[in-house]
Amino acid sequence: MLAAKKKPAAKKTPAKKKAAPKAKKAAAKAKKAPAKKAPARKAKGPSEKTLKELHLKMVRIRRFEESAGKMMEDGKIPGALHLYVGQEAVAAGVMQHLSNQDWITSTHRGHGHLVAKGGEFKPMFAELFGRATGYCKGKGGSMHISSMDLGMLGANGIVGGGPPIAMGAAFSNKFRRNKNVAVAFFGDGASNEGSVHEAANMAALYKLPCIFVCENNGYGEYTAQSRHQAIVDVADRAAGYGMPGVICDGMDVMAVYEAAGEAIERARKGGGPTLLECKTYRYYDHVGVRGMGLNYRTDEEIEAWKKKDAIEGFEKRLKQLGVMTEKQIKTVHAAVEKDVDEAIEFANESPYPEADTLLDNVYNEKGA
Amino acid sequence: MSEAQKPAVRELPYVMAINEGIREVLREQEDAFIAGEDVAIAGSVYGYCAGLLDEFGEDRVVDTPISEKGIMGLGVGASATGCRPIIDLMFMDFIGECMDEIANQMAKMRFMFGGKATLPVTVLTMGGAGGSLAAQHSQSLEAWLAHLPGMKVCMPSDAYDAKGMIISACRDDNPVFVVLNKASLAMTMEVPEGPYEVPLGEACVRRQGSNLTIVAFGRMVHEAMAAADQLKDLGIDAEVIDARSVQPFDTETVVKSIKKTHRALVIHEAVKFGGIGGEITAQIQEEAFDYLDAPVMRVAAPFSPVPFSPALEQVYIPNADSIIAKVKETLEL
Ligand SMILES: Cc1ncc(C[n+]2csc(CCOP(=O)(O)OP(=O)(O)O)c2C)c(N)n1
Ligand SMILES: [Mg+2]
Repeated sequence: MLAAKKKPAAKKTPAKKKAAPKAKKAAAKAKKAPAKKAPARKAKGPSEKTLKELHLKMVRIRRFEESAGKMMEDGKIPGALHLYVGQEAVAAGVMQHLSNQDWITSTHRGHGHLVAKGGEFKPMFAELFGRATGYCKGKGGSMHISSMDLGMLGANGIVGGGPPIAMGAAFSNKFRRNKNVAVAFFGDGASNEGSVHEAANMAALYKLPCIFVCENNGYGEYTAQSRHQAIVDVADRAAGYGMPGVICDGMDVMAVYEAAGEAIERARKGGGPTLLECKTYRYYDHVGVRGMGLNYRTDEEIEAWKKKDAIEGFEKRLKQLGVMTEKQIKTVHAAVEKDVDEAIEFANESPYPEADTLLDNVYNEKGA
Repeated sequence: MSEAQKPAVRELPYVMAINEGIREVLREQEDAFIAGEDVAIAGSVYGYCAGLLDEFGEDRVVDTPISEKGIMGLGVGASATGCRPIIDLMFMDFIGECMDEIANQMAKMRFMFGGKATLPVTVLTMGGAGGSLAAQHSQSLEAWLAHLPGMKVCMPSDAYDAKGMIISACRDDNPVFVVLNKASLAMTMEVPEGPYEVPLGEACVRRQGSNLTIVAFGRMVHEAMAAADQLKDLGIDAEVIDARSVQPFDTETVVKSIKKTHRALVIHEAVKFGGIGGEITAQIQEEAFDYLDAPVMRVAAPFSPVPFSPALEQVYIPNADSIIAKVKETLEL
């Protein structure tokens, strides 16, 4: 940021904004570069319907992931399972602004993104179980789960694999002159991949309708952020790409909703890309629920983040605002749980793919 | 060597043999260090770097960001200027992230500089399918690497070779890829304490036989051995050769065997088309055509990415059964 000030490009590069200032560091930064509060987009806040949808999205992700974790521990799900529990506010807050015509690219931790994009539990569980009825017919599994119909260009086994693809999708939107956007989700760890820098530079250069959402959960696998990069805010890099960088509280769905809304609206209007960094946390281990049992973060740290739980916090707010009663909230949870149970039953009863489907879809035989 | 001087031998899993190989190198080579994602504090996601940070410290056991091009470049630059880096690339599939450093820099620098640069760099990486890790975490891409003049590539099939080949690779003054296999990590066998070498470029006859030569790579050696056991009951006496190195490849050992058996079958986990088996088959017919009683056959993965579902992955990976079926075909049984 400081460097950017000296450069002529700084004019074109809006200063990094703090949508939701965070404790000490934010305050210290604010002195250097006064934090612009993200202006409220509309006079009145989001509608009750929107609030309820945000809540439902988060609950659906949480319940899906908790159950997936159990299914993995029961031996129902083979392979590697990276769960999204703790980060729900990010997927929900961003996806609330997207239609099925908007694209997203996801990460190895991708179920939450698909659920928020409208993914159905049945084909999702079936995919994780490796069944023929899954979203990818059992060929992709957790790390490649996708739905072209929903505008979900796949989870990705390659860290940093998503952003270049999202940039390409955004190019396609611009090329085909529609108003759709592409959103790339990626982690703090992924922010160190060259692919992310290349994609961001190109998106800014071509002014593409692309939003780079960095879910900074403080770790890449077992390596703390302070051990993998020399910066605290990934959003600082935005200046170097020539796009606005925004930081928001990724545990607060409203903060994400507002910051993402602004970035997406700007992109739709031809204003180009934004780097939106959401400070968040994953409750489970890097892979699975308990992972390898390594001591790379403290119980106190985990508990402190859980106190800021996105769903609990939002439910309190919904009750305060009189949008939902405790009873209504419980009804939502119960309905989602029922959905989960039915989907697991469906997955369990679904057949495995037949051996003779192995070579299907390596090429598009129809197009040949 | 008297009995008393012989190094102690104990049962060790493949994963710990890797650990010992790295450890011996870091002990004997002051200029050696290991760098990679989660190698230090986490001790690698496979556990084979456990304890290295404690013994050698942060300067020599280096956690890196998730930046494979950077990590591989670190290996190129540091090796060309006096270090002996061990670069850890968590999954072989990720060579896609850093192929330019591997193919255009690491493999070629010495040649391009007229022999003035020396790159004693070893890359450890993990290949192979079998754990439902799907299309981007299960590949066997050794043919990509073996196609690069300047690069050495080996595939230790067991714990003894893993330790010995890591040591040989790190003592070699060339870039060497040691392609490990994730499905073999828990396999145990007797491994001596202390340093020893398993030479690069030398195949090993694992089982003597007279009817047919099976040449296998990496984990497929164990499937070939299992197949050979069953073939014995059918009255077929198969010789099994563990290729051990892909580049350079030990054609001599294979040809010698074929002069005895007159039949050959090549097995690898990589897809058949463009796999290393095609090269081996061509070499056999160039060097031993007159000794062959049948076409050289191959068993390899079908031409598709590695599928996630266990139901498909089982069909995908070559195994003892598919080897036996192919042997019967070769022998026209
Ligand atoms: C290119 C590549 N390098 C390394 C890995 C192994 N890996 C999988 S997830 C991960 C950590 C990613 O961290 P981050 O981007 O912060 O996402 P998070 O797991 O925190 O959601 C690593 C190193 C990979 N899958 N792909
Ligand atoms: Mg992270």
